[in-house]
Amino acid sequence: MKTNEEVREQEEARDVGTLVRVTINGREYRARRGATILEICQENGIPVPTLCAHDDLTSAGVCRICSVEIEGSWALQTACTMEVHDPGMVINTHSPRVRQARRAILELLLAEHCGDCYTCAASGTCELQEIADDYGIRELPYERREPRFEPDDTGPSIYRDMNKCIQCRRCIRTCDDIQSVGALGVFARGPEAHISTFADMPLGDVVCTNCGQCITHCPTGALREVDHTPEVWKALEDPDKHVVIQTAPAPRAAMGECFDLPPGTSVTGRMNTAMRDLGFDRIFDTNFTADLTIMEEGTELLLRLKAALVDGDTSMKLPQITSCSPGWIKYMEHFYPDMLDHLSTCKSPQQMFGALMKTYYAEEQGIDPESIVTVSLMPCTAKKFESDRPEMVDSGHKDVDYVLTTRELAQMIREAGIPLPILEETSFDEPFGDASGAGLIFGATGGVMEAALRTAYEIVTGREVPFDNLNIEPCRGLEGIKMASVKLEGVVEEWSFLEGAELKFAIAHGLANAQTVMEMLRDGELDDLHFIEIMACPGGCLGGGGQPMPVNDEIRRARATAIYSEDEDLPLRKSHENPHVAYVYEKFLTDGPCGHKSHDLLHTHYTPRGRELK
Amino acid sequence: MGDRVILGPYAPGTAVDAALDQRRSDVVMTVRESGLRGRGGAGFPTGTKWMLAAAAAGDEKYVICNADEGEPGTFKDRVLLQEYPDLVFDGMVTAGYAIGAKEGYVYLRAEYRYMLDALENVLEKMRSEGRLGNAIRGREDFDFDIHIHLGSGAYVCGEESALIESMEGRRGEPRIRPPFPVVAGYLNKPTVVNNVETFALVSRVMEHGADWFRGIGTEESAGLKLYSVSGDVQEPGVYELPMGITVNALLETVGGTDAAAVQIGGASGTMVTRREFDRKIAFEDIATGGSIIVFGPERNLLGVLENFLEFFAEESCGQCTPCRLGTMRLLEGVRDLQNGSVEPERIDALRNLADSMAISAKCGLGQSCNAPFGSILDAHLEGVAR
Repeated sequence: MKTNEEVREQEEARDVGTLVRVTINGREYRARRGATILEICQENGIPVPTLCAHDDLTSAGVCRICSVEIEGSWALQTACTMEVHDPGMVINTHSPRVRQARRAILELLLAEHCGDCYTCAASGTCELQEIADDYGIRELPYERREPRFEPDDTGPSIYRDMNKCIQCRRCIRTCDDIQSVGALGVFARGPEAHISTFADMPLGDVVCTNCGQCITHCPTGALREVDHTPEVWKALEDPDKHVVIQTAPAPRAAMGECFDLPPGTSVTGRMNTAMRDLGFDRIFDTNFTADLTIMEEGTELLLRLKAALVDGDTSMKLPQITSCSPGWIKYMEHFYPDMLDHLSTCKSPQQMFGALMKTYYAEEQGIDPESIVTVSLMPCTAKKFESDRPEMVDSGHKDVDYVLTTRELAQMIREAGIPLPILEETSFDEPFGDASGAGLIFGATGGVMEAALRTAYEIVTGREVPFDNLNIEPCRGLEGIKMASVKLEGVVEEWSFLEGAELKFAIAHGLANAQTVMEMLRDGELDDLHFIEIMACPGGCLGGGGQPMPVNDEIRRARATAIYSEDEDLPLRKSHENPHVAYVYEKFLTDGPCGHKSHDLLHTHYTPRGRELK
Repeated sequence: MGDRVILGPYAPGTAVDAALDQRRSDVVMTVRESGLRGRGGAGFPTGTKWMLAAAAAGDEKYVICNADEGEPGTFKDRVLLQEYPDLVFDGMVTAGYAIGAKEGYVYLRAEYRYMLDALENVLEKMRSEGRLGNAIRGREDFDFDIHIHLGSGAYVCGEESALIESMEGRRGEPRIRPPFPVVAGYLNKPTVVNNVETFALVSRVMEHGADWFRGIGTEESAGLKLYSVSGDVQEPGVYELPMGITVNALLETVGGTDAAAVQIGGASGTMVTRREFDRKIAFEDIATGGSIIVFGPERNLLGVLENFLEFFAEESCGQCTPCRLGTMRLLEGVRDLQNGSVEPERIDALRNLADSMAISAKCGLGQSCNAPFGSILDAHLEGVAR
């Protein structure tokens, strides 16, 4: 006689990979056992409306708009939660009862969704708008509910208008499950229920990393970035201002999506033309300071290794952790304030750029730094916060004046009526236009590590990294936490203490994965690591909170492919071979990487915030 | 009421002794054969629930007694907990033995906090007598203890998966089902959640046998039932009566023969009017968790409906769209009805909304609003009361 456990195990073994026959709307389909009805419908091209479902998130079954009818079941079932196990399930996705219920749900949602589509940042991408259009809702059987909330503009990066919220809770699940921040929750009950921050406080007064993942997972316009476009327009219109824009690597791999180009279309050259047409005086590439970051951060790592291995100095902590992602930095400051000395002191490429712009560039070009306006195009909302950090004024001015997300720049291009998809391609401007592929791949998770390895390995051994065509595959892909190592053999004399050492590293993206890594580090499980790359957003910057919507892993992979193939096509693949970087060290940062000058301009310090809000 | 059985004398430990004389699987069979169905109102066969939990994979299982008696108009669990705690706890111990659980919890509604000390004393006494804790009644293979978990006043936590969420320290909101608690309940372990009265009846079944219980009531609704009777009757209170009696028979027993309408099953139940008083109170006809509210001809039924809908809007957890917003819109509609004439189309639209909520809400709270809404509106339009 078998135990229940054995019977169950046997059943599960049989379950795996098997197909079951289901009937949907009178047609037969073979479905993967254990898949949800929604997945089966999507795989077979049967449209089912959804609001609270998102590819990145576990099902919640709260909006109920995906309700379908299952033969033998009195109540409807939500397609996003109902799994198919037994063969023979008969499903109807548009029966009279289904349409009645969905229409009722839509009418309820629309009657309390305050805000006009034509003034909404989500118009055109709004999922509620799309379903309302599909259902042809022309009037509502209820009086519209009065707006209940003051829009919250207190956050440095994220703007919340809860009058547009439909309480799908995707933001909460994103903040909890993907980011482990938990800044958002549900307050009150019944018709008074609403999504809010801890203790219903303004967003500016709560522990939030400004990562913006809540925005990219919001189906409506309830969440958006703090809008910097008015200030940028104003600067562009001012003839006395010299307006430069630096562009991060991730937006160019995603901007096309805002113009109906397929995900993974690289629009670098077309975007440059569009920015020129908008009136920016210089178009620069943040990848230049990504290369500079590699020089600084790579040197810092080698110095830490030397301190630990040769000098026995334990004050310089290993593993060193990357510091380019401002959402990640703020997460560290709040949740691991006692471990900040693991962070590289390097500023992010954005801030290095800003600091150089109003010093080196101003000097070189003979422009009064007062008249320079530095704008950055970022895939990121946390960059807005980062640019406002009080310590980011090492040039004697605000290093970065304004930050535009990919979506904001797309908005400006559309407003100006610039036909991005058909524009001619143009290059970046000198002297910050030439950058290596190593700087470019910063935009994908693992990219900083790969770029650092291309340089560090070569500095230490005098040879190229031993990977086919410099593509360090162990650094790539969307696995949440990656770990790998590279053995250092035949090292040059200067680094002889590293002979035979195995350089061990880890890569994590998404703050929940970062948390896992930090807990392991705290527990002493990662003591043998040397270097960790962490990016706040899933997929790295290409999945950033300032990127176009929708987003899911398929889209992230497409963007990553765009970045990696552009890297392969570049003549320059390694940061230390960037001649302009060498020039900057020769002419300006004359005491070299991690020297005094670079310390003053390119390095920073962190604030142990803990649970303190400010 | 001379021959009460549920609310009759009980020698503590009797049910557990009877259970321990049987194999675990035979206890499940006894409960199945008794025909006992859940007394919280939904009427799921108790034996089947236990069988599923017993068969579910995993060594760690839980028994939870749902003492979140929150349905307006019900107060019979309070009487059981106050006057027959041994009967209830013994039912839980029996369940623990039957499904192989080591721990049980009573989820006690916040309003019953005043009973906490008394209940803890009973549990302590059970432990000191070897009826709770390790090796119950000397059986080395059977450890079981009971803890009391206080609720915080949310009606929706009477829904078993919301109750479990609340016990785990989260906001009390119903979970996605399936999986059901018998497979993945408290701490995602197989969990039996039964009503206070169900556990009390389990003890009586163990004491008197399945056949005795099955011999009372109807084919589909076996056994005895406690009813909380309130409203326009001469003798409100808790009554012990067989399942399947007619509304008329119940009204005669409680002195409510002047009734114009009776709300059966509390706020989420159904209103019946005089012409339906020959209907049976049973799972196959009009189900109830025990709440019977009697309305005389002077009562304002729309006022009653408004009161119920205020309750639902207040108590909706707010998680799913139909319930969060539908309860509010139904309430608006009833207020408009009370304030003056309403177009027939509006009434149709409101009924349509209630029906849509019934088929699309996530849990029983939103799903059951159409029962009072439709039936009380009908009774009002029928003109049976003021």
